[in-house]
Amino acid sequence: MAEKVEIPVQKWSGRVREVTFGATKDEGGSRSRTVTVGGEATLPFLHFEGEIPHPPRVAIEIQDKKPEEWSPLLIKVWEEVIDDPAAWAKRAEERGADLILLRLSLDDAQGEENTPEKAKSAVRKVLSATSLPLLVFGPGQVDKDNELLVAVAEEAAGERVVLGVCEEKNYRTIVAAALAHGHLVDSRTPMDVNLAKQLIILIHDMGLPLDRILMDPSTGALGYGIEYGYSVMERLRLAALQGDTMTQQPILVTPGEEAWRAKEAKVGEGVPEAWGDWEERAIMWETMTSTALIEAGADVVVMRHPESVRLVKEAIDKLWMKEG
Amino acid sequence: MALTGLDIYKLLPKTNCKECGYPTCLAFAMKLAAKQAELAACPYVTEEAKTQLAAAAAPPIRLVTIGAGERKVEVGNETVLFRHDKTFFHPPGLMVRVKDTQPMDMIEKRAREVADYFVEYVGLELRFDGLAVENASGEASVFASAVERVKEMGLPLILISSDPGAMEAALAKSVKPLIYAADEGNWETMSELAKSHQAPLAVRASGLEPLVELVEKVRGAGVEDLVLDPGCRGLNDCLVTFTHIRRLALQKNFRPLGFPLIAFPGEGASSPEEEAILAGQHIAKYAGFVVVDNFDPALAYPLLTLRQNIYTDPREPIQVTPGIYEFGKPAPDSPLLITTNFSITYFSVANEVEGSGIPSWLLVADSEGMSVLTGWAAGKFDADKIAKTVKTTGIEEKVSHRKLTIPGAVAVLSGELEDELPGWEILVGPREAVDLPAYLKIWKP
Ligand code: B12
Ligand code: SF4
Repeated sequence: MAEKVEIPVQKWSGRVREVTFGATKDEGGSRSRTVTVGGEATLPFLHFEGEIPHPPRVAIEIQDKKPEEWSPLLIKVWEEVIDDPAAWAKRAEERGADLILLRLSLDDAQGEENTPEKAKSAVRKVLSATSLPLLVFGPGQVDKDNELLVAVAEEAAGERVVLGVCEEKNYRTIVAAALAHGHLVDSRTPMDVNLAKQLIILIHDMGLPLDRILMDPSTGALGYGIEYGYSVMERLRLAALQGDTMTQQPILVTPGEEAWRAKEAKVGEGVPEAWGDWEERAIMWETMTSTALIEAGADVVVMRHPESVRLVKEAIDKLWMKEG
Repeated sequence: MALTGLDIYKLLPKTNCKECGYPTCLAFAMKLAAKQAELAACPYVTEEAKTQLAAAAAPPIRLVTIGAGERKVEVGNETVLFRHDKTFFHPPGLMVRVKDTQPMDMIEKRAREVADYFVEYVGLELRFDGLAVENASGEASVFASAVERVKEMGLPLILISSDPGAMEAALAKSVKPLIYAADEGNWETMSELAKSHQAPLAVRASGLEPLVELVEKVRGAGVEDLVLDPGCRGLNDCLVTFTHIRRLALQKNFRPLGFPLIAFPGEGASSPEEEAILAGQHIAKYAGFVVVDNFDPALAYPLLTLRQNIYTDPREPIQVTPGIYEFGKPAPDSPLLITTNFSITYFSVANEVEGSGIPSWLLVADSEGMSVLTGWAAGKFDADKIAKTVKTTGIEEKVSHRKLTIPGAVAVLSGELEDELPGWEILVGPREAVDLPAYLKIWKP
């Protein structure tokens, strides 16, 4: 009398493109191995429904100088290496990073303006200290981003570094630099499906192949707008699977930066007792922001605390299992 | 799945007598399908058609309630797979498990802790919903006294035992708990208990087909308020299994699985952190009840926040009413700040102003529920809107000075604002609300 249960299997017509970070010696770079993401033919971790060739990856964010405004918890955990991007990159690799994201600052440690020469040297040091593929983000000011990233692109020619971030107001110079030196770019838009698509189109129109573009739809932290990012990502991924070709890019998001800006992660004193232990809560804030976004379709999450990275990687391993 | 007009037409008398007020039975059926008419308008529908129509109108996932009074929990009745398709309606009940092998005082202490815990988030008090008491001792009387101890707190309960005798003893001590669980061996007696106590019943089996079989038996015995445990415990198998069940219920209108799901993340995790991650997945991906073994504010707060965020209606951001807000009896020469009416923004600012202990005025502009920068980018929190808020709220009569502090994030607005608000000095405050107390301490009229 029992009904036979027929498991619904969705037939998707589209799939996500594959994007490969880094280049080995044979490929014109110096990385010991490359990292490929994307390629999904179904929703996150639903192996029964379609192929998912690569698990999501975790990038650890480091800076070219001690980031004074970061939470004291982050400063403490990276204390021994925080003044030296090379040592920091190496430590990040030891703590489980799949990728390293180097963020360039506006000023150097002496408070003097950052210059193309300094940025080049930071990138060179990091490339020699780690064998992982690299992402380099500018300080977030249009002129400075362009100036520094053009130099970085040249210095790291052939390494298939991700240059970021490209925004609607500012993508041409960065894309041109990526084109000239064999790099990838991060295409960032403010949480909107159509804007995400449009910028991919604009970047692609400049001649950059689609397998060198990451889609970064932005996100908010847990408690600070994560639901918007979460839903935009789910919608983008559904659009990709339904065959909308300009949304078929792997998704990169920065939950580390967002979560550690939240008061819950940043501040330990003068907060309600109901918030619980500071360090545990802060790590959970970053962890849960990241895992929620991974389940919404993130292919790369950029994170900051090594303990959250450990927890998220463990979760990815378990989600990735095809059985059980 | 809703019936179409044609499906409904087939159940009508097809006489076109017009008494319903429509020219034909088909026209009436179309109106019914569009929910613009009531079936009662036709005097001639048969009882059988009525039952069929009622069954088809039932929600694809049944609404199940446990507990009573203010703190009762309602779960189920969801209609979409993705929150952006509409919204998720009933946040999963978050429950903390205690075992009757623990000393009674410990049980009571934990129960008290859960009952009293709340954390404030955007003006809401977020709480856990109840307790799950497990009959780990195997003794009926111990189980009953553990339940009696925690009953005091008035929280909804889940009673965990596979022994119907123990379950009956505990049921006598509780109000509409969830009975966990009917399985292959005990379903007949458990179903009887569920009926006689009018309590919802959880059904547990490993795998979907055995589960469906058991559900059919239990429903055959007359129990309809069910909660399902398909036996998965890990991150991947739960994601997959819960997705199957949600899709079957919503896309196939598959009745035997159209019930809320229960999850036990602690049983699939090797640490409290992992349990929290798994519980987070259950919140986003389709659980009706999540029973956790660890209760720690540092893990509870992020979980409660995630639940709040995922279950926020994407069709409208949570907002506060625009206007003048006073903190600590401000005087005419107290500081004046302006922010937006997006809840998250307002409360980030309000909490800091309040925490600073410095009496202040806070103007809340009607940014249509947008944050500072979103509002600015969308033209809902620009110089115009800020100037209008200052002029129309009557704040000019309340403060003696003419200094307005704007969020650091919109520093660029200050020039334009000074043009729009002659006589006012525009001060640029810190970028982050956390830095407001320090800023207010040095503020001078
Ligand atoms: C969530 C979000 C959205 C949500 C809306 C959320 C909402 N209800 O407002 C959605 C997805 C709808 C959205 C839409 C858009 N967004 Co938007 N969005 C964000 C996001 C991710 C978070 C915003 C947020 O909620 N922050 C949290 C709140 C609490 O922050 P806040 O309001 O600034 O308040 C803080 C401080 O300002 C301070 N503060 C607040 N008040 C006061 C007052 C005083 C006196 C002081 C001293 C301090 C202070 O305290 C708070 C805590 O520190 C940001 C990017 C980011 N990560 O910040 C982009 C962002 C704000 N969005 C942006 C844009 C451009 C848009 C769109 C215009 C895109 C588009 N073209 O569609 C639309 C506009 C809306 C529309 N047209 O309908 C841009 C703005 C760019 C700029 N610099 O101007 C941002 C910065 C993203 C980016 N980097 O490009 N967005
Ligand atoms: S009253 Fe009933 S039978 Fe008569 S036309 Fe309307 S639907 Fe048909």
